[in-house]
Amino acid sequence: MPMHIGEKDFKKRVTKGLDDDFMRGAVRSAQERLQDKRATAADELGDWEDWRTLGSEIRGHTIEHLDYYLHQLSEKVAELGGHVFFAETGEEANEYIQKVAKEKDAKKIAKSKSMVTEEISMNEALEDIGCEVIETDLGEYILQLDEHDPPSHIVAPALHKNKEQIREVFHEKLDYLKSEKPEELALFAREKLREEFTEADLGITGCNFAVAESGSFALVTNEGNARMVSALPKTQITVMGMERIVPGWEELDVVVSLLTRAAVGQKLTSYITALTGPKQLEEADGPEEFHLVIVDNGRSKILGTEFQEALHCIRCAACINVCPVYRHVGGHAYGSIYPGPIGAVLSPLLSDYEEYQELPYASSLCGACTEVCPVKIPLHEQLIMHRRKIVEDEKKSPLSERVVMRGFEQLVNSANLYRTATKMAPFLTTPFAKNKLISKGPGPLKHWTHARDFPQPANERFRDWFNSREKRGEKNAKR
Amino acid sequence: MPKGNIINREAFLANIRAKIGGISSDKPVEKPAWTTEPQKKVLEGYDRDQLITVLREQCKEIHTDFYQTTLQDLSETITSVMKEYESETVVYSDDPRFENAKIEDYITSLNAFKWDRTDREGSIKIAEKADVGITFSDITLAESGTVVLLNDKGQGRSVSLLPANYIAIIPKSTIVKRMTQATDYIHAQVEKGEDIASCINFITGPSNSADIEMNLVVGVHGPIHAAYIVVDDL
Repeated sequence: MPMHIGEKDFKKRVTKGLDDDFMRGAVRSAQERLQDKRATAADELGDWEDWRTLGSEIRGHTIEHLDYYLHQLSEKVAELGGHVFFAETGEEANEYIQKVAKEKDAKKIAKSKSMVTEEISMNEALEDIGCEVIETDLGEYILQLDEHDPPSHIVAPALHKNKEQIREVFHEKLDYLKSEKPEELALFAREKLREEFTEADLGITGCNFAVAESGSFALVTNEGNARMVSALPKTQITVMGMERIVPGWEELDVVVSLLTRAAVGQKLTSYITALTGPKQLEEADGPEEFHLVIVDNGRSKILGTEFQEALHCIRCAACINVCPVYRHVGGHAYGSIYPGPIGAVLSPLLSDYEEYQELPYASSLCGACTEVCPVKIPLHEQLIMHRRKIVEDEKKSPLSERVVMRGFEQLVNSANLYRTATKMAPFLTTPFAKNKLISKGPGPLKHWTHARDFPQPANERFRDWFNSREKRGEKNAKR
Repeated sequence: MPKGNIINREAFLANIRAKIGGISSDKPVEKPAWTTEPQKKVLEGYDRDQLITVLREQCKEIHTDFYQTTLQDLSETITSVMKEYESETVVYSDDPRFENAKIEDYITSLNAFKWDRTDREGSIKIAEKADVGITFSDITLAESGTVVLLNDKGQGRSVSLLPANYIAIIPKSTIVKRMTQATDYIHAQVEKGEDIASCINFITGPSNSADIEMNLVVGVHGPIHAAYIVVDDL
């Protein structure tokens, strides 16, 4: 799956999201649950702000010295007998992964959840050379079976589907006959995927955090599929976005503690698996051969710019879980595998404004995202910086908007013009209003009134009302 | 093992360096002094018995059965847990601590298989069929209810993963406050130039998933049930 998902037109995607009642219900309840769990976990610590400060310092320091830490990481991995491939682009990464798969004559590939492999369309590249790629995270497995339905959330990818829909998918694709109870569905997936794990020739994992000082990788999971993928197949490939690294184990402790709390409100997830190189002598399970692929794919464009802090992200989705816009339009409306506030910041950076210029506007700038971010990325400020760039540097705002803005500028710069206009407003809007409400607005009002009524401007301007208080003999008017 | 290949590194890092104004990758970077270290204050001043209480309470959150017993009664406790989980066949790690705790004879009297570090296919096949996997905990984290397994050599990764049920024997002496103490230990190993285990597992209860309508399902790919047995005089 490439980074871009769904319909090309932003407004069509949004309308589709707004009209999907089930999805909106599912997103609402998921957001509420995840918000509560995160808040409880943060409160329990008593000094959450200190944790955030430390998290932000660690991420800032690491990214400022990224070249050093990536160098150290690659040295350590190679010392242990692992191979490291640095990929400037997604294509380079895919070519290398294809090469390894061919060398190993891999037919079946078991994969645990990884956003960066989605971003570079790795599955498709492997399918092109005849490999079967099996997603083993329960949510990803469901989406893959359902004709590659795109993920709508970075932690809970199948958030937009209900259990009846999932039962239907299992029934259609795998002749599943039991009920839609989540326990039964999960048990069925367990049995099906067990076979796949034991047969897989190659395992592919993502990477939550690499640890530079020892050449290790931590995978943060609950289901145990990443453990399977790194224990059973004889060859393992780990794919990481180049920024997903910390200096040492002491820092790993902090970022993992922040991630599990911010993402799902757990003190730790069921499994934090830290892998260091291929298996060593006198070990029976684990990969005999290990490859690490470090992917840039647009990330270095962000370094040294005002958006550098976006690379501090630890992919917890806390910002997505509090976003009022995500709540209404859902993940698919963003048109990117990275939805929500962090998606609106990152997608235009990893791709370009041509593709994602609407996303920075898919925000009410309420700042809830910035407040929950465990590493203090100023998300809503970054969205404003995007808007400024889009309008001023790139001149990408629509012509009509530029004309209106110019008009507005002249209007508010002239006292006479402003007075006349505000006095005229109630008369001019009368043809559109019914009971003082406008339900079908003209021009720029159209999008607002599509969703809700707009109050007609009052007959008396605030200034006039204010000045006439004394005349009306209102109490306290002179105070 | 011969050194692995590193491909395309120099150009890749040079590009990064140009953007962030770094000097050279081989010049050591000093970590700054962090302004705050809240991780070091968690459960400050708790003694081991207080930490056991924290661990027991946390087990309720993570769907894990908690037992505390003595060395003498350990085998009896294992028997009762296995009965509870309707388990008959066992896979256990190749670990001298079974012998040291004097339960190796008891374990071998069961229908049990000791992980064979020289037989990949065979060991995995048996672990896959076993009803329960039993290992010792190397480091135990009270705050999160986590057993840390330093998986290498005889401590196969699959023992705590493939069977539907998992029992961790927790020597009281392995209990520490939180992940910080475990990562400090591993960091110290790295500093001293020692090899660290190829797979370090932080295991917190049975496997689970909330991928279907955010409903928690306990037991997905890893174990469906998990029990911790804290042994007092070990």
